[in-house]
Amino acid sequence: MLYTNDAYTPHEAEIVEFIKDHHDIFTIRLKFIDPELDSKYSFRPGQFNMIYFYGVGEVAISIVNDRNHQKGRFEHTIQVVGRVTKGMMKLQTGDKVGVRGPFGTSWPMAEAKGKDVVIVTGGLGNAPLVAATEEVLQNRNEYGKLRVIHGIKSQDWLIYQDMYERWHNSPDTKVMMATSNEDPVDNGKWEWKKGFVTAYIPELDIDFANSVVMTVGPEPMMLAVAKEFIKAGAKPDNVFLSLERSMKCAIGHCGHCQLGSQFICKDGAVYPYPACEKLLAVKGL
Amino acid sequence: MSTPDKLINFAKRPKIAVHKFSSCDGCQLALINDAVSLLELATIVDIVHFAEAGPLDEFAEVDLAIIEGSVNTHHDVHRIEMVRAKAKYVLSVGACALTGGIQALRNFTDEKELRHWQHDVYPEETEVIIEGDLATAKPISAYVKVDFELPGCPINTGQILRAIRQILFGVEPEKNVDPVCTTCKHAGVTCVMVAKNESCLGPVVADGCDAICPKLGRGCYGCYGPAKYANMDAMIAKLKEMGLSDEQIKHKFHHINSQAITFHGVTARTISQ
Amino acid sequence: MSHYYFIPHTKIDQILSYFEGNGYKCLAPRHLEGGISYAPIRKAEDLPWGYVDEQKPGHYQITKTENPQAFGFTVPTASVKPMLFKAKETVWKVKRDDSGKLGFESVVDVEKIAVFGVRPCDLRGIEIQDRVFQHNSYNDIRYSKRRENQFIIAMNCGTSHFNCFCVALGDYPRADKGYDLALTEINSGFVAEIGSDKGRELLLYLEVDAATGAQVEHALNLIDNAAQMQHKQLPPIKEVEAKLMANLEHEAWDDVASRCLSCGSCTNSCPTCFCHTERDIPNVLGTETEHTREWDSCFSIDHSYTHGETYRENPKYRYRQWLTHKFSTWRDQFRTKGCVGCGRCVTWCPVKIDVVDEINTICK
Repeated sequence: MLYTNDAYTPHEAEIVEFIKDHHDIFTIRLKFIDPELDSKYSFRPGQFNMIYFYGVGEVAISIVNDRNHQKGRFEHTIQVVGRVTKGMMKLQTGDKVGVRGPFGTSWPMAEAKGKDVVIVTGGLGNAPLVAATEEVLQNRNEYGKLRVIHGIKSQDWLIYQDMYERWHNSPDTKVMMATSNEDPVDNGKWEWKKGFVTAYIPELDIDFANSVVMTVGPEPMMLAVAKEFIKAGAKPDNVFLSLERSMKCAIGHCGHCQLGSQFICKDGAVYPYPACEKLLAVKGL
Repeated sequence: MSTPDKLINFAKRPKIAVHKFSSCDGCQLALINDAVSLLELATIVDIVHFAEAGPLDEFAEVDLAIIEGSVNTHHDVHRIEMVRAKAKYVLSVGACALTGGIQALRNFTDEKELRHWQHDVYPEETEVIIEGDLATAKPISAYVKVDFELPGCPINTGQILRAIRQILFGVEPEKNVDPVCTTCKHAGVTCVMVAKNESCLGPVVADGCDAICPKLGRGCYGCYGPAKYANMDAMIAKLKEMGLSDEQIKHKFHHINSQAITFHGVTARTISQ
Repeated sequence: MSHYYFIPHTKIDQILSYFEGNGYKCLAPRHLEGGISYAPIRKAEDLPWGYVDEQKPGHYQITKTENPQAFGFTVPTASVKPMLFKAKETVWKVKRDDSGKLGFESVVDVEKIAVFGVRPCDLRGIEIQDRVFQHNSYNDIRYSKRRENQFIIAMNCGTSHFNCFCVALGDYPRADKGYDLALTEINSGFVAEIGSDKGRELLLYLEVDAATGAQVEHALNLIDNAAQMQHKQLPPIKEVEAKLMANLEHEAWDDVASRCLSCGSCTNSCPTCFCHTERDIPNVLGTETEHTREWDSCFSIDHSYTHGETYRENPKYRYRQWLTHKFSTWRDQFRTKGCVGCGRCVTWCPVKIDVVDEINTICK
C-alpha cells in the first residue's frame, strides 16, 4: 500500500499530455514528480485516484493505463460534470495537479484466467475498463475469447477510436458498438448496431457458463447487463460491476459513498453482482 | 446558472466592475472592509468601476460585473441592461440583488399604502415614489441573465473574496446549501431555539453568515435566504408550537428575503389584509 | 493498595496544576452561554458547581442549585468529539509558485489536551470513532496524534436526563474502559479508579488515600441510581439492527420525514457521526490554499450528490440513512453499534424527534 502515513495529502504530478477527446471529455496523462513515487507507483485495473485541481478540490477518477504503456505514466479520462471537472477542462500539458491513490477494489483479472471475457460499457464507463482490457490483451494466451461491447448516444460521442481499432484487430477479440439515439453508419472497423448493449448477447459466440462479465455504465444499464448475461448462462458470481458515489476522502472516513453497509471507496468500487444486487434495488439507499 | 464552463476563456487579468442599484451599500462595504485584500486583488485584476471605492467607468467592457441592489425604476432597468451587455459574466451579490431585498416588501402593497409607508419611513415629506415608475422592487435576475449569485444581507468579506478567487480559478463560486444550524453546531453554539425558546429561522435559512445572531443568543432572521432544502411545513409547525400566531410567522418571513420562492407559501398573502 | 481512591474536591486545583505542569491544556464542562459545554479551565471554581440540567425532546435548561457538586448535571451540550475530530480544520496546505509547481504540506497539530469529566457514553463515543479514524483500513494521523496526546478523566453518572438511553442499548452509566482515571462524584469529592499508567502517575502526584467502604458504596449506588432513572426501552440491539434493514419501505419513514427539518442538529451533536466534506480555502492572490475538512451531515441535501445525481434527494431517504446507519449498518462497518445513548440527538432536535420512538415504531 502506498499510503501508510497521511492518506489525506496528495502528491504532485505533472500532466505530460493533455488530450481533448470530445467537446466535454478530456484525458490527462500523468507522472509523479517525486522519483521514488514515480518508480513505486502501481495500480490494479479498476482502481481509482483522487485528482486534485489546485485551489478548487479533489475528484475521484478511475485510472486508465498509459496509452503508450510507458512505465511511470498513467491516464485519467474525465467528463465535465461538476465544478471541479469544469475547471479541470482548462488544464494544459505541463500543468501540475495533486494525485493520491490508488484506491478501491479491482477487476477479477486472476479469476478471469482461462475464461471468456466480456467487457460491457456505456458512455464514459469504458475508461474504468481500459486497463482490464489491456491486461487481457497483454496476457492473451491466459484468457479465452475477448468481447468488448460499448454503448453510446451516437457515433460522434465515441472516444478512444484508435484503441478500439487495435483491440478489434487483436487475436480472438471483437469490438461491438451500440448507439441509442440514432442509426449508426458502418465505419468498416467493427460492428455497429442501433439499440442496447445487450442486443449483442446472441451473437457473442462465447461459453457463457465459463465467462467473466465486467461492466461499467449507468446503474440501470449495469443491472440490465447483469440480468441478461445471467439469463444467457453466465454465473452471477462471474458478473462484476463498478459503482459510483460521491467521494471526498476515498479512504472510508468521509461517509459520502455509503450504500448500505458498503463504503464504495474501499469496499468497492468493483463488486461481484450478487454483492450489490439487493443494495441497488432499494431506491435512495 | 448559465454556462460557467465558458470561464475557460476568462481573461488572465480580468476587468471587474462593481455596480450599485437600490441597496444600502453594505455588500460593497464587505469588499472594501478588508482593504489589504482588496489591494491584493487589485494587483491581479483591473477594477475599472467601483463608485464606492473610487474608479468610475460605468459602462466599460468588463469580464465580471458584480451587482449589488435591486431594480426599482425604469432607469435601473436601462442601466442593468447596459451593464449586462458590457459584461462577460454577472455576479449578483446580496439579498437585494437576489430577491429584491427589504425594499421588495412594497411588492405586497398598493400605491396608497406605499405612500403611507413613505410618510412613516422618511422624517419629512420626501418624494421617493415617482409617478408612473415601476411598482415593484425586483431581483437583478428578473431583468437580465445572471451567471452567479451570492446570498446575504449583507454578504461578508470572506465570501465575496472567495467567490472572486474561484471565478479566477475558472470555476463557479461554491454555494452555501446547508442551514444555519450547521454553523451553530460546528461552532459549539447552544441552540437558541432548544435552550432559550427563541424563535429562530436557522433550520430553513442558508448558512454563510457564520451564525452571527445565534452566537449572540438571538434567533436567525434569514439574511442569507432559504437553505437548499427547507421543510417549511415543519418550520411553521415549530413556530406555532412556540406560540407564534399566523400573522407573526408571516412577518418573520416578510423581511429581508420576502420574495424568495421557498418562502412564498408563507409570504404570498399580503401584509395589509 | 486499594482498587478505589478518594480525591477530595479540595485537590481539583492540584489536578489542574498537574496538567499545566505536564503541558496539557485542560478542558472541562463549564457553564457558558446558557449551556454546560467543554471549555478551557484554570481553577476548580471554573467548574459548574451546583448546576443541574433538564433535557427533554427539543428542550434543554440549566438551573443553579445548592447542590455541592461540580458534576451534578448529565451530559455537556457537545461531546468530546470536537476535540479529536474537529468541526473544521486544515488537513493540508499547498503552495503554487510562479512556475506552477505545487508544494503540499500535511498539517498536524500537537496540542496535548486533558479532558476533566467525560461521561461514560462519550467515552464509548471515542472508542467508536477510534475505529473509524484509527483502527481502520486507513488512519488519520491528525486524529491519532490527538488521541496519543489526550488525557481522559472519566466521570461516572450520578444522574440521567429524560433522553438518556445507554441502558436500553445494553450499556451502563459507568466507564468501563478507555480512560486514564474514572471518577464518581460523591458529596465532598470523587471516588477514583485507575485506567492507565498516566492515571496512576496523576494519583501518585495527588497523594490521595484509599476510599472508604462507605464512599465506594455511595458511589456505586449513585451510578445504579442514574441507571434506574432511565426509562427508555428498545428491543435488543441485534433485533433493531435486523428489523431496520428489513423495513426500508416502512411508512414511518414518510411520517418522520414530514416532521424532520433536515437541519442536521442530530448528526452534528452526535458523538459518533464522522461524515465530513473537504473544501479549499485559497488566498486572494491564489498562491496558496488550505484544504479543510469539516463536518458534513447525511441530512445535507448535497451529501449524496454524485456526478449530476442526488441519490437521497427525498428527505425520507436522508432520515433513513441516518437511522439505519447509526443503528444497523454500523455493525457491519465497524464491528460495534453506532449509538451510545447520550440522547443529544433527541435534546437538540428543534422539532422533538426522538430516535428511540422512531426505532420502536419501525421495529414494532
